[in-house]
Amino acid sequence: MLFEQILFFIAAFGAIAGALGVAMLRNPFYSVLALVSHLIALAVLFLLLQAAFLAAAQVVVYAGAVMVLYVFVVAYVGGSDTPLRPTEGGLVNAFGPLVAVAVFVELTIAVVGSSLSGLGGRGPDVDASFGSPEAIGDLLLTKFLLPFEAASLLLLLAAVGAVVLSRKRRGLEDLDAPEGVAG
Amino acid sequence: MDTSWFVVLSAFIFCIGAAGVMSRRSPLVVLLCLELMLNAGNLALIAFSRMLGNGDGQIFALIVMVVAACEVVIGLGIIVGMFRRRLPIDVDEMSELRG
Repeated sequence: MLFEQILFFIAAFGAIAGALGVAMLRNPFYSVLALVSHLIALAVLFLLLQAAFLAAAQVVVYAGAVMVLYVFVVAYVGGSDTPLRPTEGGLVNAFGPLVAVAVFVELTIAVVGSSLSGLGGRGPDVDASFGSPEAIGDLLLTKFLLPFEAASLLLLLAAVGAVVLSRKRRGLEDLDAPEGVAG
Repeated sequence: MDTSWFVVLSAFIFCIGAAGVMSRRSPLVVLLCLELMLNAGNLALIAFSRMLGNGDGQIFALIVMVVAACEVVIGLGIIVGMFRRRLPIDVDEMSELRG
């Protein structure tokens, strides 16, 4: 029990530090690296919540594949040192963080003050198969078959969209050429 | 650990992400902060799933991961397109998506 609490606070500290790094570091490249550490800390928290498959997916899909995509785009576009905030308009710049603090206070009051009795405990005792790949796969292929298929369709659409967005503009010159010649 | 700890932590990460989305100008960092917000939502979903002893919340979180991956792919594609067209990589300057 004590070990669990120590692990929670270490992972929570890592997650918060990573999140602050993402939001505040000037170089986008360092922001991506901070997000990787944040995601790994979150995977530890998922493990504490007995979501073993999601923790593995978090590390493999997010911290692995998606972050590699980010690193490539940052390297391509150039991680220029953009100023943290524009120089003009002081009041407008304080607006975003102020709204965020207000939302956090509101959410915390809502969570702490809610009458949900389950929030005060750690949930019922579940067996070791809770959150295992077997349990997730069982749910995905029986109860949530339609969302599963919709997700696969969405991934296909995203792949096609990425190809369309990133292809060279020269691909359209065949279509534009007669018009260009006539003009 | 009580579930409320996880939920409050998730709210805190969500608000850091929201502040980043509202105050940063580089679209790359805005996308990164969006990831923070989606992951905070995932953490809350999994915490509630554990609280109820029911695996449905984990399926929700898995679908959120899929949606986040799609959003990243399209968002980064748009940023690369902006860069190729020599447009400024700045969300204040890019207020329209007209080709």
